[in-house]
Amino acid sequence: MLQGAISIVSENWLLLLVGQYPNGPLGGIAATLMLSVLGIALAFPLSVLIALARISRWPLLRAPATALVYVVRGVPLLMIIFWVYFLFPLLLGANVPGFATMVCTLVIYEGAFLSEVVRAGIQALPAGQMDAARALGHSYPRAMRYIILPQALYNMLPAILSQFISTIKETTLGYVINVPELTFAANQINNRLLTKPFEVFLILALTYYVVCYSLSAATTWLERRIATRRAGPAPLAVMEAAG
Amino acid sequence: MKGFDLLAILLNPGFSAMLLHGIVMTFVVAIGSWLLAMSLGILLLALRLLPARIAEAAVAAYISYHRNVPTLVQLMLWYFGISSLFPAAMQEWFGEHNGEVLFAIIGLGLCQAAYFSEDLRSGLRSVAPGQEEAARALGHSYLGTMRFVLMPQAFRNAMPALVNHTVSLFKNSSLAMAIGVAELTHAVKEVESESFRTFETYLIATVLYLVCSLLLMAAGAALSRGTALAGAR
Repeated sequence: MLQGAISIVSENWLLLLVGQYPNGPLGGIAATLMLSVLGIALAFPLSVLIALARISRWPLLRAPATALVYVVRGVPLLMIIFWVYFLFPLLLGANVPGFATMVCTLVIYEGAFLSEVVRAGIQALPAGQMDAARALGHSYPRAMRYIILPQALYNMLPAILSQFISTIKETTLGYVINVPELTFAANQINNRLLTKPFEVFLILALTYYVVCYSLSAATTWLERRIATRRAGPAPLAVMEAAG
Repeated sequence: MKGFDLLAILLNPGFSAMLLHGIVMTFVVAIGSWLLAMSLGILLLALRLLPARIAEAAVAAYISYHRNVPTLVQLMLWYFGISSLFPAAMQEWFGEHNGEVLFAIIGLGLCQAAYFSEDLRSGLRSVAPGQEEAARALGHSYLGTMRFVLMPQAFRNAMPALVNHTVSLFKNSSLAMAIGVAELTHAVKEVESESFRTFETYLIATVLYLVCSLLLMAAGAALSRGTALAGAR
């Protein structure tokens, strides 16, 4: 069994890594990572806007943002993929490739989930921060921009990174609309070999495990580092600095 | 393109029967895997509390695997991979008796057990240490302390996380369509390709999922309120 697994990897490593590129579309791990990076990078600004709308005083901003978040949180990602797959070509009047469909879906889905993270980060700051900024004469947008968001976003870095890990796991659903990524590549290999499904899918699972585990280890490290930074210098260091 | 007409789907006996069957299968998969996940989650927590390093390491490995591998890949490994290791007679039995439903329940349940177990563990950790000491001082055994004093409080602390993960388990039941389970998302694709009314079909399914998820969230919120300590909020 181990031999079978090794020979599958040594014969198909290029397909698992980059798909059929350069003779076809980019696939494999490279496409999986590109999908996740693009998805989270484009979802991030959207999520800040949604979060700001959700804590806004104006119901006209608050209501649609809240509705969007609840709808996206209450519907399976698979349904959202089908909606985007169906609606975007109609709205744009052109063919949308699977890769772009998947990126759009991830932006909508992750935008809603990240906005909850951003909102929690903003609301976790002591209310005194906003009060002090306003008392010093900052307007609400300026206080948000220069006082609240920089602190909140810094505190949220680990949560954003763990949302990135979820995004990597969610790209697997692109398989359903034939987006060439890692899961799709593994299924191609499985359909060609036919006799070694256990080995192929075990390799697939282990590959995702290595990628996601190392990222979650990085998240834990970042969390500790931010916690110590937030706590300020240790009392001993302060005493030494004071001489 | 045809005009918007929801009733063309809802009043068509064939289509509405397919959707109804889909909803039933969604509930079968979701409830089956929830029961498996919750019992296994509690068992994993109990193993973790044993004073044995090996048990601790094994549970940690289990949780790490199930949290870092995509759920869809876990389902594929179960349905395409692990099922192929069974003897031929059993594989035949699976084929005749909707084995894909069984593997969907196992795959989703084992995966979600890792999340439930972690929720309960952090719920248990946030119980004040004085609670255990007081219970032991009053003469409760270790198991009695767990059963009557610590676990009820752990469940209460873990309630919001457990509700969130229950909702995501319900949504993840849609992944079972990828291994051929005829649940709601699968039924939607079939109705869509037969009726050519994509918009209406997706709308019906989205509303169904949304209503169920919102009901679960509301029930969870009510349950948290019901179990909260007086004056805790």
